[in-house]
Amino acid sequence: MKYLCLIYDNEKEWAKFPKELQDKYMGEYMAFGDSIKKSGQYVGANQLKPTSTATTVRSRNGKVSTTDGPYAETKEQLGGYYLIEAKDLNDAIQVAARIPSAKSGSIEVRPIVERASA
Amino acid sequence: MEEDTAAHVRDKVDAIYRSESRRVLATLIRLLGDFDLAEEGMHDAFVAAVEQWGEKGIPANPRTWLISTGRFKAIDRLRKTEKFESADSEILDRLMATEMHEQSEEGVEDDRLRLIFTCCHPALSPDAQIALTLREVCGLTTEEVAHAFLTPPPTLAQRIVRAKGKIRDARIPYEIPSRLDIPLRLASVLHVIYLVFNEGYLASSGETLTRADLSGEAIRLGRLLVELLPEPEAMGLLALMLLHEARQASRTTPSGEMILLEDQDRSLWNRAQIEEGVELVESALSSHRFGPYTLQAAIAAVHAEATRAATTDWAQIVGLYEVLLRADPSPVIELNRAAAIAMRDGPEAGLALIDAILVRGDLTDYHLAHAARGDLCRRLGRTNEAIMSYQRALELATQETERRFITRRLGELRLTSPR
Repeated sequence: MKYLCLIYDNEKEWAKFPKELQDKYMGEYMAFGDSIKKSGQYVGANQLKPTSTATTVRSRNGKVSTTDGPYAETKEQLGGYYLIEAKDLNDAIQVAARIPSAKSGSIEVRPIVERASA
Repeated sequence: MEEDTAAHVRDKVDAIYRSESRRVLATLIRLLGDFDLAEEGMHDAFVAAVEQWGEKGIPANPRTWLISTGRFKAIDRLRKTEKFESADSEILDRLMATEMHEQSEEGVEDDRLRLIFTCCHPALSPDAQIALTLREVCGLTTEEVAHAFLTPPPTLAQRIVRAKGKIRDARIPYEIPSRLDIPLRLASVLHVIYLVFNEGYLASSGETLTRADLSGEAIRLGRLLVELLPEPEAMGLLALMLLHEARQASRTTPSGEMILLEDQDRSLWNRAQIEEGVELVESALSSHRFGPYTLQAAIAAVHAEATRAATTDWAQIVGLYEVLLRADPSPVIELNRAAAIAMRDGPEAGLALIDAILVRGDLTDYHLAHAARGDLCRRLGRTNEAIMSYQRALELATQETERRFITRRLGELRLTSPR
């Protein structure tokens, strides 16, 4: 079963980190990524640019409106994700707990809807 | 004669339902991989038992009979649904593939643990954990759980449906956690049991008797857990509940007024529960892997072992609070330690500590902090200060029996007040 691990962290804090600390974090992310590739749990992953680059789009009655910024202002912002393959929720929780940002921010684990491929 | 037999079979089935239904359900959930299907299968199996046992006699091993009948009935149900959902046919495939083995005693007990850990999974909300545990592990009806928690039954039913939905959709596994995960997962189970106990214990002085049953239910759960998984903290929690429950008869006057520990009639304390509690505390402590529940139980045990309030070993209680503070630091435990120090070294020493906690602002809105301060001022003869603290406590207290107690104290103090 696939789970999406959404990474929420305080992007302002992150931006304030000195270069060495950012490098250290990136190193941890690399190591984590390698480990789940090796275990066969990795499906996909991406880091997002900060919410200052976000645009929220809505289409109502054929009229498209766009607003600056993320869908919701929150203390921690969505900063990236991992799509993983896990046996069950306990398995997924164990993977999510090892994402480096779990130590500073939060990881939301969401099961992916699986449709019969027939 | 035939009527007699039918009645006899029904009684027998009822008795087996009471003693075995939770085990049957726990195993069926594992075999069927679905809570609702397991409940329906179990229900069908008991109906079949009433019908068939009269004719064919009661089987040698009723539990195995019920599990295998429940499983077949569930498969039948799945077959009869006109169009198989993909998930259902998946269940069916798996069911047909698994051979039905004679259930070993150990296997059945493992299923009960699986059920407990699944119902208390930390990915479920605490409310849902409690509702699901009482419903599935204890076998209370939705109405009984709703009544005990003063929640409308439809709200509670919704809560249970949602929790089962999450177990299914997010795929919370039906398993005993690995050794590494046990401490964290056990903490969640113990917390559920403790909340159920407190709900019953704190409300039991009120009017609704059924709420008091919750503490009995919590103790039964605690016993089951210790039996299945004799971890020190599980023993500690069971001990804590027993030692508190032992004082139940002496906690209130017949009219429901609160009686403080020091004024309780200790001859009313339940000796058997105290003995069992003390024994459990001792084995938990000797493991050297104990935690906050065991320490709280150890404190309760010191109180329980004092035949009179005056002979309480306060030095030991202070020592235990100090260990507890290191294990589980919290301002409330600091407050309790301050109260114990007041008993050991005199009210002045305790008062200084309580004032320091209040100045820090941690417990400014906690009624018991002000009540404790009021009590120490009262003992020191500082009546006006005592009145002020009790008044603050009264403003903050919400529980009716506590409010009446504080009001009574205020009345006594005003009589002695020089003003």
